[in-house]
Amino acid sequence: MDGDLLRRLTPEVLGVLVRRGADFAAAEDAVQDALVQAVHGWPADPPRDPKGWLVTVAWHRFLDAGRADVARRRRESLVVEEPPPGPTPGVDDTLRLYFLCAHPALTPSSAVALTLRAVGGLTTRQIARAYLVPEATMAQRISRAKRTVSGVRLDRPGDVATVLRVLYLVFNEGYSGDVDLAAEAVRLTRQLAAMVDHPEVAGLLALMLLHHARRAARTTPDGSLVPLAAQDRSRWDTALIAEGVRILQAALARDRLGEFQAQAAVAALHADAQAAGETDWVQIVEWYDELVRLTDSPVVRLNRAVAVGEADGAWAGLAALAAVDPSVPRHAAVTAYLHERAGDRATAARWYAEAAHRAAHLAERDHLIRQAARLNARLPG
Amino acid sequence: MAKYLLLKHYRGAPAAVNDVAMDQWTPEEITAHVQYMNDFAARLEGSGEFVDGQALAPEGTFVRYDGPGRPPVTDGPFAETKDLIAGWMVIDVDSYERAVELAGELSAAPGAGGRPIHEWLELRPFLTEPPTITD
Repeated sequence: MDGDLLRRLTPEVLGVLVRRGADFAAAEDAVQDALVQAVHGWPADPPRDPKGWLVTVAWHRFLDAGRADVARRRRESLVVEEPPPGPTPGVDDTLRLYFLCAHPALTPSSAVALTLRAVGGLTTRQIARAYLVPEATMAQRISRAKRTVSGVRLDRPGDVATVLRVLYLVFNEGYSGDVDLAAEAVRLTRQLAAMVDHPEVAGLLALMLLHHARRAARTTPDGSLVPLAAQDRSRWDTALIAEGVRILQAALARDRLGEFQAQAAVAALHADAQAAGETDWVQIVEWYDELVRLTDSPVVRLNRAVAVGEADGAWAGLAALAAVDPSVPRHAAVTAYLHERAGDRATAARWYAEAAHRAAHLAERDHLIRQAARLNARLPG
Repeated sequence: MAKYLLLKHYRGAPAAVNDVAMDQWTPEEITAHVQYMNDFAARLEGSGEFVDGQALAPEGTFVRYDGPGRPPVTDGPFAETKDLIAGWMVIDVDSYERAVELAGELSAAPGAGGRPIHEWLELRPFLTEPPTITD
């Protein structure tokens, strides 16, 4: 049973149904039914034309559902009036689904769930497990999301930035489950990049690939975080890095810089260093300057202070940090790090303990308390 | 089967026997502690007794309704509040005795000096649905 094939075909099949006149919510239900039937039936009896099979089954499901409540919704008349479907490229259909599922009327969590189901072809159960919520909760979230966008026409392109934001969220939320969300985000972004010629789409794909490449080195087998400088770089995936760098260079050459390209550029400079000590921090600071200009985000300013600390020394880093809002997440951790670099272990240990107190993630908290313990163990008295 | 909540407190429980702040342990002691907790949860999953486990951030906010048309009032954290929950584990076990046994094991997690913390954990039974047959 080829789950990847099914999931790749999901948005195409859904797109065909919507183009034939099915409303989005009903079409989406019908496609899910067809997918379930495929999962059960294909292993014993694989179809010669999987997409054609799915379209036929989903379309019949849709018609059956329509007949069941025809008196109320007169869906059958709509179906009868619909011209017979001709062969049209699936790319536009799939692309429209990306925009619909990331529609600005949706909350981020709804857009993420709907994208994973309608574009990614995941089941509600898989999405629920990935986000650690009950299946009934996720089913409601998806169903409400479908109602929210059901009146949206699919004939106009949306803003690609909203789609990128949703894909970024899927990639960056490091929950675990039987579904690898990071890999799924990479797959969906790859698919998007193949359809849309936009430097920021390429930038996001490059960013994901460059971070995904470090994944094996980012945690120990027991789940502890390994900071970038301490990672075993031989465990970085060089093929992913090469692909990310190539995509990034092509995007940058078009001279339409955006925040994802700039973030990817920072990741590429890290990937380029054979050892942490060889990192080109001066160039990284320059990219953070670009990012500050593009986003004016306090998180970027915080990361910039770290880079300044590496490029110009810990005291310069602390000076840059003084201009950053202290309520930004990880501010205490950066303060601790820069004090340690400046040689003040006692102050650093206090800040690491404070940072652990404020940490938002379990693995991060354990990492920070370990840093405090490491410094305290070597302090006199 | 009966469900129990094992509550771990930042504050509000009697002091542990081996009561040393975690940032005063060695990194190796912290690693051993985390490993013990992970192994414990994995063992309960293996025995079919694990339901859920979560850790909470040390600071929260008190919120209450403030009347129609008004935003809720938020306040705190209150230093005088005695109880501060650090996290929980929910287990589904055959008996109260089994729940006590497991809480005891969890309390034996190693701390400073590699010695058990002997931390006080609070064991609270869930209120459940009444049984079908009552007579």
